[in-house]
Amino acid sequence: MPKEIVMPKLGESVVEGVIGRWLKAEGDFVDVDEPLVEVDTDKVNAEVPSPYRGVVHRLLAREGETVAVGQVIAIILEEGEAAPEAGGEQPAAAAQVAGEPRAAAREEALNGAGPARSRSPHAYSPAVRRLAAESGIDPATVVGTGRGGRVSKKDMERAIADAGARAKAAPPAPAPGLLDADEVVPITRMRRTIAERMVQSKRTVPHAWTMVEVDVTRLVEWRESIKEEFRRREGFNLTYLPFVVKAAVEALREYPILNSTWEEDRIVIKRRINIGIAVDVDDGIIVPVIRDADQKSIVGIAREIADLAARARAGTLTPDDVAGGTFTINNTGAFGSILSAPIINYPQAAILSMETITKRPVVVGDAIAIRSMMNLCMSLDHRVLDGAVCGRFLRSVKRRLESYDANTPLY
Amino acid sequence: MAVKNVLEAVRDTLFEAMGRDQRVMVLGEDVGRHGGVFNATQGLYEAFGEDRVVDTPLAESSIVGIAIGAAFGGLLPVAEIQFADFIHPAVDQIINEAAKIRYRSNGDFGCPIVIRVPYGGGVHGGLYHSQSVEALFFSTPGLKIVAPTTPADVKGLLLAAIYDPDPVIFLEHKASYRAIKGEYPEGEFVLPIGPADVKRAGTDLTVVSYGMTMHYALQAAEELSREEGIEAEVIDLRTLLPLDRRTIVDSVKKTGKLLVVHEDNLTGGVGAEVAATVADEAFMYLDAPIRRLAALDVPSTPYHPALERAMLPSKAQVKEAILELARY
Repeated sequence: MPKEIVMPKLGESVVEGVIGRWLKAEGDFVDVDEPLVEVDTDKVNAEVPSPYRGVVHRLLAREGETVAVGQVIAIILEEGEAAPEAGGEQPAAAAQVAGEPRAAAREEALNGAGPARSRSPHAYSPAVRRLAAESGIDPATVVGTGRGGRVSKKDMERAIADAGARAKAAPPAPAPGLLDADEVVPITRMRRTIAERMVQSKRTVPHAWTMVEVDVTRLVEWRESIKEEFRRREGFNLTYLPFVVKAAVEALREYPILNSTWEEDRIVIKRRINIGIAVDVDDGIIVPVIRDADQKSIVGIAREIADLAARARAGTLTPDDVAGGTFTINNTGAFGSILSAPIINYPQAAILSMETITKRPVVVGDAIAIRSMMNLCMSLDHRVLDGAVCGRFLRSVKRRLESYDANTPLY
Repeated sequence: MAVKNVLEAVRDTLFEAMGRDQRVMVLGEDVGRHGGVFNATQGLYEAFGEDRVVDTPLAESSIVGIAIGAAFGGLLPVAEIQFADFIHPAVDQIINEAAKIRYRSNGDFGCPIVIRVPYGGGVHGGLYHSQSVEALFFSTPGLKIVAPTTPADVKGLLLAAIYDPDPVIFLEHKASYRAIKGEYPEGEFVLPIGPADVKRAGTDLTVVSYGMTMHYALQAAEELSREEGIEAEVIDLRTLLPLDRRTIVDSVKKTGKLLVVHEDNLTGGVGAEVAATVADEAFMYLDAPIRRLAALDVPSTPYHPALERAMLPSKAQVKEAILELARY
C-alpha cells in the first residue's frame, strides 16, 4: 500500500514549513530513517527522515513551497509495488500514517540529536577527514552531493580544486590576497547562516535608526536591593534584561504596528507577542523566543531567559524554541556597548537593543545630578514604520522603565 | 589473433603444453576416451595416448594422490576434478599432503600439480553441480588458487600453473566455458600467478571480483558509464591465493569506495579478506562503507530456477550495488 509522508510538526507551535530541498528524487530508493527532505522553519533547517523503506513515487510539494503541517508531501511505494491509480484509497492511508512522522521528528528534536542542532547529520568519512586535514578546508563549508547531502570525497576534491583555482586566479601582490601571516578561518554553518540572514535583512529592509536615553536610577536601586535575595530564592541572577523585555512588551501592546511584518503587498500585525532574545554562543548568535511574553510576569520572563540562554549554549534548543519570534531584543550592553545600530531580524519590523547602564551627570530640573543612564537603540523597517510611531513607542518603553521601583510587581 | 571461448582455451592450452613438454599429463574421470564431461580434454587421448591421458576411477582422493605421486616422479600432472562439488574426498590429499610438502621438507621438495576444478552455478546444476569451493582452500597457505575467466587469462595462467613448482588449484567457471569468448594468444604466453588485472579503469569506485561475477561487474560498469556517467574500476583478481593486496589497496586509495562481488557465499569468503585488507591498509582513504555482494549463505545452490536466481548474485544486483555505492 502506498505510504504517505506528511509535513511533520517540527515544534509545538509550528503550523507550517517550507520545503527547503528534496534529498530524494522520484524513483529513488529510501530507507527507514534516511533523510528525505530539508524543511525550513523560521530559524532551523531540519532534515526529515523517511519513516518508511521503499521507492519515492511522487514528490507533491515544490522546493520553496510553504506547506501546512499534516499535508501530504510525498508518496512512497514498497519495493516492487505497482504505482497506484489516481484517487483510490489514499485518504484512509493518510489518516493511518499522519501521526508517525510527526512523532518521529518530535522525538528527534527532543533528543537533541536531530533537526534542531544541525543540517549535517553525517559523520565525515575517513577520506573526507584526511582531505580536510591536508587542505585546511572545513567540510562543513562544502556543499555535499552525496546521499542525503553528505559531503563526499569528490565534493572535497572539487572544493580543493576550486580553492586552488581561486588562489591561482587571484593577482599575487597588492590585492586582498593572503600574506604569510594571515590566518584563514573556515566558515561554519552557523556563521554562514548568520551571514545570509544579515545580508538578506540589510539588502531588503530599509533600516532607519533611533535612540532614547533612559534614567534607570530607581530600577538600579531596586534591583540592587533585591538581587541577593532573588538569587537565593529563585536560583538564578536577576538581570536588567527581563525589565526591558517587560517594558517593551507592554509598549508593543500599546503600539502593535511595531509587532508586524512587511509582506510586499500588505503588512501583517502579529496578534501574539513573541520576543526573540539574542544569545551569543561559541561561534555566533542564536535567537530563542519567549512565547507570549505579554502574558508573563517579570520573574516568568527572567526564568525563561535563563533557561533559553542555558540551552542555547548547551546546543539543546528545539526548533520550537527559535520559531515564531515577532520582535527582537538584543542586550548589547552586556558587552559594555553604549550605542549600537542593530540589524533587523528579518522579517520582523524592528529590533531594540539595550545598552550598558552607566552613571552620568545629567540635568534634573535645573540641577546636575549623577544618574544611572541606559540608552535604548532601535532599528526599524522604514517600509512599515515611521519615526513618529517609533518615537512614541520608545518613549513608552522609557516611561515604563523609569517607573520601575520597589512598588512594581515582580511576580 | 584467434577468438575462442574459455573451454576451447583450456583444451588448446593443454594440447599445446602436452605437445611441447613430455612431462605434462592429464588424469581424471572420463578425461580420456570420453574427452571429459565438458569436452575440455577432447582429442588429447587420441593425440598423446593412454600413458599421458589417464582415465581414473571415480575416486577424487586417489586422483589427487596419484597426481602427487606422479609429480614426485618428475611429471607435471594436471588432475581434473569433474565438478568442484566432488572435491571434498580429495581435501586431505590437497591440504594435508600437497599444500604442506614444501614446508614439511624444509624447501627440498615441491609438488608441481595442477588441479583443474570446474565450479560455479547459474547453469541449473542443482546442489551437486553448482558449488563454489574457493573459500574452503583460501585459508590454506601452501596452495595457490587461480580463477581466470577470459581465454587469454586461462591460457597464461594454466601454463603458469603447470610450470609452478607448487600445487595450484585452477578454478574454471562452468558458466564461462561457452559464454565468454575472447582473444586467444598464440604461442608462448604465460601470465604470472599473483597479480590481479584491472579490467576496466575508473575513478568513482572500485569493484573487486573474479569468475562470472567479474563479467557482470564489467557489463554493469559499461552500462553505468553510458547511462549515469559513473566510472567504476573493475579489478579481476584472477589469482585468489596469494591475494594481490597492492593492486586492490592502490585502487581504493584512488576511488575511496569498494565493492567486492563473488559467487561464493558471503560469510568467510574471499571478499571478507579483501574488505579486511582495505579496512586495514586504506582506512584513511575510504569515503563509504565497504560493500560485499555474494551468494546467500545457504547450504547449496537450489535446483529450482527461480530459487537459483534468488541465491546467486545477478548482473542487475551488481549494477544496483555499484549505483548505490557511487551515489553514497
